[in-house]
Amino acid sequence: MTRFALSRVGQTVGVLWIVSVILFVLMRLIPGDPVLIMLGDEFTDEAYRQLRAQLGLDRSLLIQYLVWLGNILRGEFGYSYISHASVADLVFQAYVPTLWLVIASLILGTIIAIPSGIVAAMRKDSAWDYGSMGVAIVGFSMPSFWKGILLIWIFSVHLGWFPAMGYVAPWADFRESMWKLVLPAVTLGTFFAGLVARIVRSSLLEVLDLDYIKAARAKGVGQAALVYRHALANALIPVVTVIGLQFGALLGGAVLTETVFTIPGMGRLTVAAITTRDYQVVQAAILVGVLSVVLVNLLVDISYAFLNPKIRVTA
Amino acid sequence: MRTLDGLTVESPGVTVPTPAAEPGAAAGIGRWWRRFARSKGAVFGLAVFLAIVVMAVFAGVLAPYDPLTQGVGAPLEKPSLAHWAGTDSFGRDMLSRIIYGARIALIVGIVAVLLALVAGVTLGLVAGYYGGVLDAVIMRVMDALFAFPIIILAIAMMAIMGFGVTNVIIAVGVGFIAPFARVTRGDVLAVKEEPYIEAARLAGIGNLPIIFRHVLPNVLAPIIVQGALRVSGAIITEAGLSFLGLGPPPPTPVWGSMIAEGRNFIVMAPHISTIPGVALMLTVVGLNLFGDGLRDTLDPRLRR
Amino acid sequence: MTEDQSDVILEVRNLVVEFSSEDGPLRAVDGVSFAVRRGEIVGLVGESGAGKTLTSEAMLRLVRCPPGRISGEVRFRGQNLLALDEPALAGIRGKEIAMIFQNPGASLNPVFRVGDQLLEAMRLHLREPARSLRERVGEILGRVGIPSAATRARDYPHQFSGGMAQRVMIGIGISCVPSLLIADEPTTALDVTIQAQVLALLRSLARELGVAVLLVSHDLGIISQMCHRVLVMYAGRIVEEADVATIFRAPAHPYTRGLIDCLPRMDGSARLGTIAGVMPGLRSLPSGCPFHPRCPLAEPRCAEEAPKLRSAGDHHSAACLLVGT
Repeated sequence: MTRFALSRVGQTVGVLWIVSVILFVLMRLIPGDPVLIMLGDEFTDEAYRQLRAQLGLDRSLLIQYLVWLGNILRGEFGYSYISHASVADLVFQAYVPTLWLVIASLILGTIIAIPSGIVAAMRKDSAWDYGSMGVAIVGFSMPSFWKGILLIWIFSVHLGWFPAMGYVAPWADFRESMWKLVLPAVTLGTFFAGLVARIVRSSLLEVLDLDYIKAARAKGVGQAALVYRHALANALIPVVTVIGLQFGALLGGAVLTETVFTIPGMGRLTVAAITTRDYQVVQAAILVGVLSVVLVNLLVDISYAFLNPKIRVTA
Repeated sequence: MRTLDGLTVESPGVTVPTPAAEPGAAAGIGRWWRRFARSKGAVFGLAVFLAIVVMAVFAGVLAPYDPLTQGVGAPLEKPSLAHWAGTDSFGRDMLSRIIYGARIALIVGIVAVLLALVAGVTLGLVAGYYGGVLDAVIMRVMDALFAFPIIILAIAMMAIMGFGVTNVIIAVGVGFIAPFARVTRGDVLAVKEEPYIEAARLAGIGNLPIIFRHVLPNVLAPIIVQGALRVSGAIITEAGLSFLGLGPPPPTPVWGSMIAEGRNFIVMAPHISTIPGVALMLTVVGLNLFGDGLRDTLDPRLRR
Repeated sequence: MTEDQSDVILEVRNLVVEFSSEDGPLRAVDGVSFAVRRGEIVGLVGESGAGKTLTSEAMLRLVRCPPGRISGEVRFRGQNLLALDEPALAGIRGKEIAMIFQNPGASLNPVFRVGDQLLEAMRLHLREPARSLRERVGEILGRVGIPSAATRARDYPHQFSGGMAQRVMIGIGISCVPSLLIADEPTTALDVTIQAQVLALLRSLARELGVAVLLVSHDLGIISQMCHRVLVMYAGRIVEEADVATIFRAPAHPYTRGLIDCLPRMDGSARLGTIAGVMPGLRSLPSGCPFHPRCPLAEPRCAEEAPKLRSAGDHHSAACLLVGT
């Protein structure tokens, strides 16, 4: 188990290193001279040379990469001359609302998905099955930004039940914060629920076909215990992996959802930074996004191993 | 030469049977169709998808107005007999814009996935067949690429390349390379161990002919399934980029931009956001149902 | 057979298992009838695909329905198991009739400890305090021959070899001292040396506890060592029934004779026979006697008339038109 965890940590570090190279290359591919962008319209040759040297752009690409990597590893993302703020601060402030939305959607989605997946599997080929799987496929096929607009149209404009936009930090005003989170979390959570419910269903159906389920029935285990104890314990292990794999999709969906609900998160920060050509912010935002995907996958892999006795306990 | 029709693949002096080939292409397709047609969802999905394709191909005939001409009706007109889907804030006919929008959606979705398929399958074949350091390097890069949420990678690419349909295609396509590479490599690793590959190698057939004649045909089914399922993802990604204002520039009729524009008029003219969204959703649902049907009938490992 | 009627614990009458398919219902088990007496070891033998496993699983309604459909009667202690509701049947499964399967490695749930799976069987059926049941876990595992049983009870299934896993399954099977243990190819997946050990264990436990065993196997060698009585199955039907000595000494059905001819002999005089052809698929059952296309003695009427089981001697019956003529 420890060895497994260590090897996964090693792989993760490797992946992150390649991510850093990809990101560095991407940022060098941006057309235009970053020095010119930072200096604005009026500058002297002297100022140009100075800033260029200050940014290390007069050195070789390899040195530039190493310096850049060193800075990132120390958490130094630099200062945005366009937003006049520390890049790290900007990204951190935008990350919190996004993470909050992702977590709320993850919880909501899982709460919806697991029971509906079980019902669909238990009553395979019934109206329940077709109904819930139909809803599931629509759930993850509806683009989140459109679903968000529909929800606003129905529940804010027409019914006036929920606020249409904005974000309040949960520690500032918890009630208000939850209130404003309802529609965005439903938007993103139902997308996630659709994905997961299908996996729960197929995983459970697969397990129910296995020999040890038949053997448990032959032992006299009743139908309920058979499903909820024997089958589900096995069927949910792959579901954990899928939740991890879909974390990236969830994060991507959050970027779009928060634009609809004008939540000041990573999506809005990145898009705004692209329009103002504030590339340091773009780069830091992407890095943090990818970093969270990679770390979540690492955690999921380790918990997968923990849930699976074949890896946790080696003979 | 694809080996759908028979069992033999010619090479000087040797005959190597290749499995996965079906007895007669037409009979094979007929049998596949009977299995496929058993799922109502899959047939519905295919029908919806074909309807969208027809809409895109015959946009010039089907659209009642020019999608770019402003003032063909009053601005923000509600759906009526003259304008079935109403008009937008510039008085352009929404129905015509939606019909033309299908073109962009399908072109971007299909071409981006083809791009990703060619790149990903090539990388996967090389990695899986040759193995070793090449495999390790390719697959680690794929792992890293896989860590980027697709829409975020596409946003980054658009930031670098700037607007335009071609750039959208590239930006969306890059994000889908890794899944194709992974699927292909996994299957190649399994097929590589089959006796008929060993036989071909012993017969002195070169690596490239083996890859293209013996390995590729046997890993094709899951790749096709992936392709069908990924087109819907590519269409959603393009719509997302357009929604954020990073897609094809205005006044190109794109579903994502229409939905974004309608957001400002959600109280007065909700049809501007909602109707293009219906077209987008139908396309995606149709493709997903069709893809599920393909997977259930083509990919033997996932069949139940 | 009337004199030992009181000893009969299980009686199967006209058991039919069908599957719906595009070409109409397929009969995988076709009117099987037999009885098992207290403490008896009955062998059910036949080629793979003959319907042995389905027969044994259908007796406990373990066949998934739909697509399957089970009819007939399985009388156990005066009640028809096929007519019971699911909870009542669950009370009989594992308690009165236990079953072990072909693939012991896959028969244990991978996420639960082996001891807990044994404990579960007892908890379901025995009204005893949990503590005393827990103590019995180690005892039973020791009894089925698992070394350092108390420690091994805390291990997971993947830490057990196939033979050890089958011992655990036998332990689970006998834990509630059932009247009947159905053993479906219990040693097919095991090495030959392990096979003998597991069979010996099965036989000694059955004798000690007075458990009757229905031993399903394709291996006549195993049947001859283990069983008192033999049922021969072909294409979903029982084609011959007799005590083990009679079956080997004087088989009445040409199919049984063929099977026995396939066995290698000790005296070296062996003419290793084979039965021509293969067993017909369910979709292409021949008319009349299902065995006639492969039968060396087939006569024209065999293609027309389906033979019923008829007496071929004392406690001996066979489904062949040529018997008794």
